[in-house]
Amino acid sequence: MYVAVKGGEAAILATHELLAETRRGDPAVPEIAPAQIREQMGLAVARVMNEGSLYDPDLAALALKQAQGDTIEAAFLLRAYRTTLPRFGASLPLDTGAMAIRRRISAAYKDLPGGQVLGPTYDYTHRLFDFALEEGGETPALTPAPAPLAETMPRVPDILGQEGLMEAEAPPEGDPAPFDLTRASVSFPAGRDVRLQAMARGDEGFMLGLGYSTQRGYGNAHPFAGEIRLGEVAVSFVPEELGFAVDLGDLTLSECQMINQFAGSKDIPPQFTRGYGLAFGHAERKVMSMALVDRALKARDLGEAADYPAQQEEFVLYHADNVEAAGFVEHLKLPHYVDFQGELELIRRIRAEREARLAKGQDHLPEAAE
Amino acid sequence: MTRRAYDDGRTAAYNYAYLDEQTKRMIRRALLKAVAVPGYQVPFGSREMPLARGWGTGGIQITAAIIGPADTLKVIDQGADDTTNAVSIRRFFERTAAARTTEATAAATIIQTRHRIPEQPLAAGQILVYQVPLPEPLRRLEPREAETRKMHAWAEYGLMHVRLYENIARFGEVTTTYDYPVAVNGRYVMAPSPIPKFDNPKMDMCPALQLFGAGREKRIYAVPPHTRVVSLDFEDHPFRIQSWTEPCGLCGATDTYLDEVVTDDRGGRMFVCSDSHHCETRRAEGHHGPMLAAAASIHLVEKEDAA
Amino acid sequence: MTLAVNPAQLGADPAPILSAGDVSRFYGERIGCAGVSFDLWPGEVLGIVGESGSGKSTLLRCLAGIDRPDQGEVRFAGRAGGMLDIFSVSEQERRAMMRTEWGIVHQNPRDGLRMHVSAGGNVGERLMDRGDRHYGRIRAAAADWLARVEIDPGRIDDRPVQFSGGMQQRLQIARVLVSGPRLVFMDEPTGGLDVSVQARLLDLVRVLVRDLGLAAIIVTHDLAVARLLTDRLMVMKAGRVVEQGLTDQVLDDPQHPYTQLLTSAILSA
Repeated sequence: MYVAVKGGEAAILATHELLAETRRGDPAVPEIAPAQIREQMGLAVARVMNEGSLYDPDLAALALKQAQGDTIEAAFLLRAYRTTLPRFGASLPLDTGAMAIRRRISAAYKDLPGGQVLGPTYDYTHRLFDFALEEGGETPALTPAPAPLAETMPRVPDILGQEGLMEAEAPPEGDPAPFDLTRASVSFPAGRDVRLQAMARGDEGFMLGLGYSTQRGYGNAHPFAGEIRLGEVAVSFVPEELGFAVDLGDLTLSECQMINQFAGSKDIPPQFTRGYGLAFGHAERKVMSMALVDRALKARDLGEAADYPAQQEEFVLYHADNVEAAGFVEHLKLPHYVDFQGELELIRRIRAEREARLAKGQDHLPEAAE
Repeated sequence: MTRRAYDDGRTAAYNYAYLDEQTKRMIRRALLKAVAVPGYQVPFGSREMPLARGWGTGGIQITAAIIGPADTLKVIDQGADDTTNAVSIRRFFERTAAARTTEATAAATIIQTRHRIPEQPLAAGQILVYQVPLPEPLRRLEPREAETRKMHAWAEYGLMHVRLYENIARFGEVTTTYDYPVAVNGRYVMAPSPIPKFDNPKMDMCPALQLFGAGREKRIYAVPPHTRVVSLDFEDHPFRIQSWTEPCGLCGATDTYLDEVVTDDRGGRMFVCSDSHHCETRRAEGHHGPMLAAAASIHLVEKEDAA
Repeated sequence: MTLAVNPAQLGADPAPILSAGDVSRFYGERIGCAGVSFDLWPGEVLGIVGESGSGKSTLLRCLAGIDRPDQGEVRFAGRAGGMLDIFSVSEQERRAMMRTEWGIVHQNPRDGLRMHVSAGGNVGERLMDRGDRHYGRIRAAAADWLARVEIDPGRIDDRPVQFSGGMQQRLQIARVLVSGPRLVFMDEPTGGLDVSVQARLLDLVRVLVRDLGLAAIIVTHDLAVARLLTDRLMVMKAGRVVEQGLTDQVLDDPQHPYTQLLTSAILSA
């Protein structure tokens, strides 16, 4: 008798072997170690931690290695791991006001308490190749600053807030636990906690494009970069059995607070409004984009028209997740023989019926009028 | 990195069927609600899975939540057990749930499927788990979720028929060939997932439990056994299914859904059952299609000595 | 000032079909419309006139159930008798009433039509909404209504994007009237049309409203439109009604200085 030829399983196993070989590349070139990625490709690691929603530079570096540097694939690895982790509890809210600052700039004030701290940035580099990096070698020693940074670095919106010029952001009534979009299904209209979470793990390129669109007229944005800060923030946790807070360690965070205009309403005098962005690691472009879109998504709450993509939360939240988006776009690679067969059968039949009609000189149905 | 290495040898570090028990309970609660309100899309806290979104994570989560050691699992994609994604999902449950698997439709207690309903009628006690990419049948007419939920809540389904009307006006018939919308139990309009409309009648009054999981869109819905499932149509343009002018080239069946196989680059093609197990069973019973020998020459089948 | 209208004088039923009480809506600190009260009788055509920004479109959106007024109530005569506050019934009931009891002809046809659905589908939608499931009969009804609004039924499968502005407006009217509503709202129905096209549309609206015995509320800035179509007029300025009465009285013998200004503007134009 005839039986079907089956090779699916063997073929899949063979692709895994080929993938491993391709990942390694030329064996004459030394293999890269995750620690090298963690230390020398920190911005890629930060992006993977953000889009993978897990602060773990070691695992993010391993993910980058395993994914051959594909940040979306790496974020996917991190998320699939994250989802299996047990939850011990939630930390206390982070205080970014108490950040150990490495970089802090404001485009709104020329000078402010604590001053402008430029920190490590590409902003003022000329984008010319540094061919010395091909060879490697010692990094020149740092020149220590003549004085240490100020002890306190107030956040710019807090300065405005003292005057009542910045919208207050109090927790919702009863200060409920924030929504967790990795554990529950989002419904609309979505709260700000949901929006910020979705954007924090959202694709940097997508958030950048949306933020950019608000500046170009697809959204009524008039933003000022009130403050961007980068540094380390302590994470504290209150174990039930202790009853007091213990320090778990530090996170490197980037934070952006955009200041925007708002005309006021019947009940609220004119004041500035805030767009907020927060991300793991050094991720300035991400937090700035996020802050622009955060403000755009406040349109409904503030009674503004919401005509543009960046102002429509369903559009933004559903499409910002690059792991989901990549999965669904790439699922088109899966077989669709059955559905395609249905379409083939239909188009052949409609064409045949049309031919028959035309041959008889009839034309009851309109041509596909376009 | 030894602190949390998880390679192929360490699957014991994962819970039975991958998901933790809390998550399974959450999914089972959603399933109970879905069964209680047939055709209604229940939101659930869809988890990130180690397989990509759009590749069956909704169906996998349902199967993971209901499978037990006594179950026998069959996984099909496009009707076949040997398509790559079906193989991958079956391997997933073999690894994580030590699942007993089968290709025999009648022997399975759980059948996870993408895009087909098996040809052999399902029986009471079986569960069919569908992988669903787009659970919202109204989505292409109305992109806003907040609005489509209202339309379902109040059974405002006129727009669905506008779409069918437009098809008939332009082409003389409804041109939806798969994911053809159905009304469940006279109430909710439901997307049957991208099965061909050929399979729609099999859903009606089916003795098996039918569960639908959309992982990326985070929805679960269900059709309980012996529930009315009606494909939308007009009185004077009744619903009809696809038919072929030739039988299956391998087994000669004339009542099955056929896949087209291109056999050469000169326009040669043959039609074969999309349900590979059904086709094989028929051949084992002695049915022969007109193209069986030709199929062997292109390695679609091979001759096996009678054992 | 308020001019009492005797419904018997208009040959109408003694009970109003729509009753507005103190309807007000605000945009921030700005008044959209404020303190508007009136009764509309079955078969009566009410005009709301005023300059742009006078609040007439805001009022129309409140009356038609699209926007909820911040104050006051809008009551509609239910089929079972009695007056229903359209904003205290459930959203489901209100949406159902908006599809069956009244219809809206929008100033911009894009707001009232599905531009990529055929003319037949546009007209048939309300029939399918209410459960009609016979393609042939839906299509026949659509063709009949296209003819009644003077659109060649041969264009039943064309889409609104292929129609002229005047045809799009007439298609909107057919789409609204096919389900037999008792009340029609029209927001500047002739806005943006050529003068000759306007005249034809006005004539059509006049005939349809009379033949079907519809009540209608027509918002317009054009006093000529108001004179031709309406029985009664409300003149609005800065969100408030400054004068109302029978159309001929208001236009021929305006009492309020603002109405006098409006009518003299059209005379001198």
